[in-house]
Amino acid sequence: MDFTAVLAQIKPKLGCVADNLALIEERIEEAKKAGADLIVFPELALTGYFLKDLVPEVARPLDSPEIRRLVELSRDISIAVGFVEESSDYRFFNSALYLEDGAIRHQHRKVYLPTYGLFDEQRYLARGERFRAFDTKFGRMGMLICEDMWHLSASYILAMDGATTLICLSSSPSRGIEGETLGSASAWQKLTATTAMFLNCRVLYCNRVGYEDGVNFWGGSEYVAPSGESMLRGNLLEEDAVSVEVDEGALRRERIFSPMLRDENLSVTMRELGRIERERGL
Amino acid sequence: MVGLSANTELLRKILVGFVRDEVHKVGVKKAVLGLSGGIDSALVVFIAAEALGPENVHAICMPYKTSNPESEAHARLVAQACGVNFSVVPITAMVDAYFEMFADADNMRRGNKMARERMTILFDHSALHRALVLGTSNKTELLLGYGTLFGDMASALNPIGDLYKSHVWQLSEAMGVPSEVIEKKPSADLWAGQTDEEELGFSYRQVDELLYRMVDLRLTREELIAAGFSAEFIDTIYKKVQNSHFKRRLPVIAKVSNRTIDRDFRYSRDWGK
Repeated sequence: MDFTAVLAQIKPKLGCVADNLALIEERIEEAKKAGADLIVFPELALTGYFLKDLVPEVARPLDSPEIRRLVELSRDISIAVGFVEESSDYRFFNSALYLEDGAIRHQHRKVYLPTYGLFDEQRYLARGERFRAFDTKFGRMGMLICEDMWHLSASYILAMDGATTLICLSSSPSRGIEGETLGSASAWQKLTATTAMFLNCRVLYCNRVGYEDGVNFWGGSEYVAPSGESMLRGNLLEEDAVSVEVDEGALRRERIFSPMLRDENLSVTMRELGRIERERGL
Repeated sequence: MVGLSANTELLRKILVGFVRDEVHKVGVKKAVLGLSGGIDSALVVFIAAEALGPENVHAICMPYKTSNPESEAHARLVAQACGVNFSVVPITAMVDAYFEMFADADNMRRGNKMARERMTILFDHSALHRALVLGTSNKTELLLGYGTLFGDMASALNPIGDLYKSHVWQLSEAMGVPSEVIEKKPSADLWAGQTDEEELGFSYRQVDELLYRMVDLRLTREELIAAGFSAEFIDTIYKKVQNSHFKRRLPVIAKVSNRTIDRDFRYSRDWGK
């Protein structure tokens, strides 16, 4: 079905859960007033990104007051939001929740924790173990957290699991000032467009803005149609609320024009991957 | 040689946003910086004026008696061009009083003392104006260690520390820094006629091309030679980067506890901001 989504391109405060919750609530309120059906927040929206040793301080279990509050707010609008999750065995995950009708519809724990260059996630966080699609009021969806999307298999699995909408929550830092556009922005734009095109899925990409210790996050949140065409893109480097009209007809038409996903042969893929796994002795 | 051209529009937006965001988030409105009459501090004051409003920027020129008078004139010109507050605080009296006790001190000691004298003035004005001190060291200088530790290298925020000198020239032009300042030869201005490039023994353009490939692109020594750089130049620069690394780090702390600052006690500086 058609729906309206808001990509909340916010600037969280580093380590300030209460302030960020207030900011998130404010954005939810605005989206509700504007009649949106779904609001998407960036990766770690509740906490900020370069947390380092703050991780255990800002982590919240699913039954914490902050998460319960967000679940409550999802009675009026569906919400995808990122935070640090504390599990009952005291592991800390870079997690995203999809909340709808006052319930947690889906929980995704970031699988690919970048630990190279300026990233250090695996030092502080535990790794998620699965990619699963899930049903929502607006069709079947899959969630990815930033680096997850740079692994083809992640989006592929979600598409094979029936997701027609891929939501990517991101905290992508700006790098690369040589070209016409920002290096990291153009890399991501290629990635979201190609992913959408390969899998005939729409992509809702929400990236944060703001500076943490001199590193800035570039925003540019966008809605990419299943054809790979970028339908709407948020401001670069500035806060924004990108309101997009998601058109169900465009998905149907694309899947008629380019039925690659219909023709995708899961058995071939499974057989060959199984062979590779055996040959590698895994 | 494509790597060193920068998208100045984008760079300007990122650096102006950086100063605005990082200054405001600590609950301060103002910035203070030393204006030498050279291009690096000129660029930083232009960025700061755009980020904070010129009325919130205090530029201080701190000449010594042997500084080239043209430098102060250029500093004044730059301050007028971007409309910031400008003052002159000469350091001759303080520096000379000290070296009366150490009359045989060489140029390096004297230069370092002057740089540190200027630092104390900037941090004093930081308290006076409730302003953050902006650094003006570029990436070329920082990598080569061509600066005084706790002197001109000291600051609260440095908007141009990831820009090579070649980028500084490009962005300065794009932001309207007066051409006199862009075109003159870079100098530490410790004595009349001194130039950086003469003292270093190579040009900034040459070394930027090498540093960009060595540091940013991580080319190996063999690849750099194949790209046309001489082995001697590569080795000299590599050593300079290596030997000055202490200047780019916090003081080394002897570890005895479970959580030692910066080793296993790790927080971003923007913690809670």
